[in-house]
Amino acid sequence: METLDLVWLVPALPLAGFAILLLFGRRLGEPAAGWLATLACGASFVATAVVFVAMLGEDEHHRSHVYDLFDWLHVGGFDVKVGFLADPLSIAMALFVTGIGTLIHLYSIGYMHGDEKFSKYFVYLNLFVFSMLMLVLGSNMLVTFLGWEGVGACSYFLIAFWFSKEANASAGKKAFVTNRIGDWGFLVAMFLTFATVGSLDYSVVLEGAPELAPVTATAIGLLLFLGACGKSAQIPLFVWLPDAMAGPTPVSALIHAATMVTSGVYLMTRVNPILAQGYDWVPTTIAWVGVGTALFAATIAVAQNDIKKVLAYSTVSQLGYMFLAVGCGAYVAAIFHMITHAAFKALLFLGSGSVIHGMHGEQDMRRMGGLRKLMPLTCATFIVGWLAIAGVPPFAGFWSKDEILLFAWDKSPALWAVGIVTALLTAFYMSRQVFMVFFGEQRWRIEADEEHPAAEPHESPWLMTLPLVVLAGLSVVVGVLNLPFADSTHFLEHWLHPVVGANERILDVSTATKVGLALIAIVTALVGIGLAYAVYLRRRIRAVEPTVLAEAWYYDRTITDFVGGPGEAGFEAVATFDQTVIDGAVNGVAGAVGGGGQGLRVLQTGFVRSYALGIGVGVVALLVYFLTRAM
Amino acid sequence: MIAVAEVTPAWYLVLGSILFAIGAVGLFVRRNPLVMFMCVELMLNAVTLTFVTFSRMLDDIDGQTVVVFVLVVAAAEVVVGLGIIVALLRKEPTATADDLNVLKG
Repeated sequence: METLDLVWLVPALPLAGFAILLLFGRRLGEPAAGWLATLACGASFVATAVVFVAMLGEDEHHRSHVYDLFDWLHVGGFDVKVGFLADPLSIAMALFVTGIGTLIHLYSIGYMHGDEKFSKYFVYLNLFVFSMLMLVLGSNMLVTFLGWEGVGACSYFLIAFWFSKEANASAGKKAFVTNRIGDWGFLVAMFLTFATVGSLDYSVVLEGAPELAPVTATAIGLLLFLGACGKSAQIPLFVWLPDAMAGPTPVSALIHAATMVTSGVYLMTRVNPILAQGYDWVPTTIAWVGVGTALFAATIAVAQNDIKKVLAYSTVSQLGYMFLAVGCGAYVAAIFHMITHAAFKALLFLGSGSVIHGMHGEQDMRRMGGLRKLMPLTCATFIVGWLAIAGVPPFAGFWSKDEILLFAWDKSPALWAVGIVTALLTAFYMSRQVFMVFFGEQRWRIEADEEHPAAEPHESPWLMTLPLVVLAGLSVVVGVLNLPFADSTHFLEHWLHPVVGANERILDVSTATKVGLALIAIVTALVGIGLAYAVYLRRRIRAVEPTVLAEAWYYDRTITDFVGGPGEAGFEAVATFDQTVIDGAVNGVAGAVGGGGQGLRVLQTGFVRSYALGIGVGVVALLVYFLTRAM
Repeated sequence: MIAVAEVTPAWYLVLGSILFAIGAVGLFVRRNPLVMFMCVELMLNAVTLTFVTFSRMLDDIDGQTVVVFVLVVAAAEVVVGLGIIVALLRKEPTATADDLNVLKG
């Protein structure tokens, strides 16, 4: 048990890194500040690994361990400790957060080379890792919420990192405001939980979940889902994520692909007993929102020309898959896809960062092409990520996506159908990206003009390619975590069993169906790739990229118009109400009292004898009153 | 033979009310702050006399207890009141209570 207590070190190390960098970051300068941050994150990974190994030594029923660091709040019956919950779910999360985080820290040293705010960048990065670990490891909802807000704030800092450009600053604000809507849901869910259960500790809340009234459980579940929608960019709160690409590319990889956006999925998985206690339509709603987001975002990704925007919408789409899994009761599959997605999406983002770096800041895929000869390592690793996300076996994405689709089929073939269409689109748009960037003509050379001189693309330094290679390796092999061949190869399922086992959906499909579905998925992926090959490489079919898709179904603009038009009028009305009615009432009371005083001051003559007369008259009046009443 | 009237508690009450009336009238009609102050003291003592009388009549010690408190309060009040009056008269030897009107609203 003692080794498990070390769990507090996991968030403490990045916090220490943050504190040191905050105080001495500028003096350390480049690259020492970056190395220190990487070291802090790496040490945190080692600490997580130590806890993980210790946990492996315990038997299944003793793997959940709470370590309380100190009392935080103690108000009446409201008792909150800063405590850490080390259990299979949180440690699995912490492992990939710190692991991939370390790689991205390392990559950032190369990517941020020469930036004047080099050390500040790593301050934020370490603070982010700390917040994310608090979120994941918190033993009660309030500590999770602390991390939840922390990652939101860091996200804001990092999206608006180059804030001297107007667009970046407003993208940061957009992310922050959109997240606040979700946070409202989380907050109210906490109030409701405390009001009904009387505690915010996961151990108490989740054990008491079966005794909750279904309507209460439904309310808490839906409110938490709203929070998750904000953080994990689901309909209707996904708008911030594509704009979040304004930040440095490693940030996009770390925050907006691998870690922060997965926190909604983590939260849903963590509170699975509450979801199970709610009405039956709650998981169905979650599944449809998830699969709807997946399809919606995939259609948008097809028509984007910015190399990072494609990946951003692809992230929204893949997160949709995870929510589909949660809604189908496939919590293991959700976490499995989260882990594989973290590996290949971090790889793709870092790969795109490498391309942008090599192209001297160019992000438009229409001015790329033929880069495979000039950036061989980036190209090779990017292709691995592409095959993984497209769902080509044996790469990681295939196994996790296939498992989600299997559960979706079991819940409702309609869900599966939407999922498989999304898979087709995924394979298509990712292939489109690979073909446009790495294959075909060297458009940047051909179409060079005054405004866009021919860039001289070059391969990135080893600091950037090393993480790419490691992540590519992961993207190939991480699928072995949960192979579907035999019960004994379901490693992740066995590992997560103590946390989610009770509410995991029990599959009712034959082996033949499983194989059939897997074959359909493979064929779908290959068709998508083939289609993209015909359209973008062979040019046999004319590319169809309607404006409505490029403009993201005008969703963003509709919201802007709504908030700018009727929304602003509404806010104005509320502001007027505040100024006239609310302020009017307050100022009116004060004015009435003041006026009354002005009127009464004439009575205060200052002559002592007139006061005495007043008292005398009063006494006489009282006497008369009492005497006449007595008679 | 001189009829010796028996002194009953009623006498004390009458004396008390006479003293109180003198004090009250003095307070209203005089302008010298020192005299007005003495009138107030007179009224206070009239009340204490009444308290003691009732205490005796009803055989209840509470009345006499109150008197002790009144004496203490009166002593404190004299200190403050006399201080103000002395300060006032030093500044303006012919001052009346009406000159103390700086608290006018």
